[in-house]
Amino acid sequence: MSATGNRSLPVLQQAAPEARAEDPSRRQFLQAAAAAGAAAALGACDVEGALRRHFKELSKDEVARLLAKIERDHARRFGKKDWKATALGPRPGVEFGYGLDLSRCIGCRRCVYACVKENNQSRDPQIHWIRVLEMDKVRGVDVIESDIYYQADAVPRPGKFYMPVQCHQCRNPPCVKVCPVQATWTEPDGITVVDYDWCIGCRCCMAACPYGARHFNWTEPHIEAAEVNPDLHILGNRVRPKGVVEKCTFCIQRTRAGRYPACVEICPVGARKFGNLLDPSSEIRYVMENKRVFVFKEELNTRPRFYYFYAT
Amino acid sequence: MTGILRFLQGCVRLVTRGSRWYYAWLALLAIMIATGIAGYSSQFRHGLIATNMRDQVSWAFYIGNFTFLVGVAAAAVLLVVPAYVYQWKPIKEVVVLGEMLAISALIMCLLYILVDTGSPQNLWHIFPLVGRPNFPSSMLVWDAIVLNGYLLINATVVIHILYKLFHGQDYNKKIVVPLVLLSIPWAVGIHTVTAFLYNGMAARPYWNASILAPRFLASAFCSGPAILLVLFQVLRKTTRFNIPDEAIWKIAELMAYTMFFNLFLLGAEIFKEFYSNTEHVVFTRYLFFGLHGHRAVAPFAWFAVAASFAAFLLFVIPRTRRNAVTLNLGCFLIFAGVFIEKGMGLVIPGMTPDTLGEIYEYTPTMVEWMVAAGVFGIGFLVYTLLVKIAVPILEGRFTAGMERPLDAAPGGQVAH
Repeated sequence: MSATGNRSLPVLQQAAPEARAEDPSRRQFLQAAAAAGAAAALGACDVEGALRRHFKELSKDEVARLLAKIERDHARRFGKKDWKATALGPRPGVEFGYGLDLSRCIGCRRCVYACVKENNQSRDPQIHWIRVLEMDKVRGVDVIESDIYYQADAVPRPGKFYMPVQCHQCRNPPCVKVCPVQATWTEPDGITVVDYDWCIGCRCCMAACPYGARHFNWTEPHIEAAEVNPDLHILGNRVRPKGVVEKCTFCIQRTRAGRYPACVEICPVGARKFGNLLDPSSEIRYVMENKRVFVFKEELNTRPRFYYFYAT
Repeated sequence: MTGILRFLQGCVRLVTRGSRWYYAWLALLAIMIATGIAGYSSQFRHGLIATNMRDQVSWAFYIGNFTFLVGVAAAAVLLVVPAYVYQWKPIKEVVVLGEMLAISALIMCLLYILVDTGSPQNLWHIFPLVGRPNFPSSMLVWDAIVLNGYLLINATVVIHILYKLFHGQDYNKKIVVPLVLLSIPWAVGIHTVTAFLYNGMAARPYWNASILAPRFLASAFCSGPAILLVLFQVLRKTTRFNIPDEAIWKIAELMAYTMFFNLFLLGAEIFKEFYSNTEHVVFTRYLFFGLHGHRAVAPFAWFAVAASFAAFLLFVIPRTRRNAVTLNLGCFLIFAGVFIEKGMGLVIPGMTPDTLGEIYEYTPTMVEWMVAAGVFGIGFLVYTLLVKIAVPILEGRFTAGMERPLDAAPGGQVAH
């Protein structure tokens, strides 16, 4: 990841105030992010596009040109905004982990919509990176009998509990294994990303993912210009082209800048925990040490970085 | 150089001249191809949303047809084995016709992958050197290698034999024999790798059964020869090829055994699913009975089993496999049965319900049918043209030394 690991990019405005409320590892992020400088405003290059090389093969300059191009393309398509495309890389000593408290989740789906908004998913047709499964308390975790189309206005419904599912950022990801062109890989901080310009759209990864975490742009994504989030990451929430696969990146544009993922921030009951697995004082490590966690479909040996637990 | 030129000129002359039936057939294929182009251009503009595939069922009709055709490509060449074992006279003809069927099927396979791809402009990323093939980890890369390799082997053999015969020479046994022998295990390889493409996905219990690759091979051994049996009968009537009844009956008998094996493997799978009755039974249940009122696939699944079983009976009883009517009925039933079983019957239940239990009931859109018609049209066209070139050359009626040989031949004698 040398192309992005030491890239110098501006700090996101929102990072500073929120970092205060977060765990200490976030301060490190912030410092590292603050050390980054601007490089996005470089000259344009028209040869990019069809003949672009794989993201990992791009030089620093090429990435910078690409970021500028992404900003221009977004401005052309969605109008004037404070477009900021980054390629913020992983920090040494950071491996992200996620905890979801099933005893707290009420199935309100606020995470689903916060994710859509933050990550510029298509509104028409709808793409949701998080799917909340409504399960029967008598059956327990039984996906075959679960329902994602329940009415969310009167949750939690009697006799039901809720299990949100999104990318589990596996340590042993079947999606990466099957990709024929290495368009998807796991970054050193544990986030599995997609190079949208490299993906051929064969959808092997969608067949391979046991968590339904990968989504396809069956057509050109449609988002109202006013709703597009202008803080873009090249491997994250930039608006995707038609015909490629996308997935949850733990809000790479936020978390690498020291912020919480949007779903963690929005959760009204505090069911979602996030942090650095390598930092003993992080929230996620607290959950793992003091609660009893389990992973979904453990028999498939995917070894998720996404843990479920029951806090109460 | 002039030899190649004359060969190409001869080929052009062969494919551009024919009976009214030949032209009518070409016109039909042209309509199919035009339909396909219209369908694909719409899909290309709007994206794969023009199909009924969605995140829940992300592979469907195209990939199902691809899988079926890999079986056809594999089995066409495997027919070479009995031809050798039973020492049929027209061994050269059987080899060439089988390998040409493989070439046509492979072209259709590659086209189905192409039309199923969301970003076809990026397909070059799979090539070595310029792209980044995920080798050896990705089964799709393996599949691309073995399919293209198989295409290359078959094309080399066919072109070499026809070229040499056209110039009145014997084909080079040192080239042809090793390649034909290589193509036999390679045929097993293409179908095994294609099975592994599904088989390796632990997220899909319906595919993640080690019986999958043997089932692929067993069903392919039925469907590929079914096509060739019909073709042999046609060629025997319209050309001077001498394919004896005994050869055809022998193939039918062998098909009965492989169909028995295919049904046996299916039965073994069904027993395991329903007797153990784990949560994994839902996929097979969806295939045969439907789930929560979604039953679109079930009638086809039952038809496929019934057709396969009926064909088995027709081919295992000596009287019915020797009767032309029941023999061809059996071929049709096998073709239809395996087309469903290895196509939609494999892909759709693998993804229904999806990994989070959602049932999305898939049926192809008009665009998918149109594109499929186009791909089959191209495949049939390739095969038609290849047969049109190969038959007169194999018969020795058309060589470099002959002046306007077709005019000398009795009219309408060329296949199609």
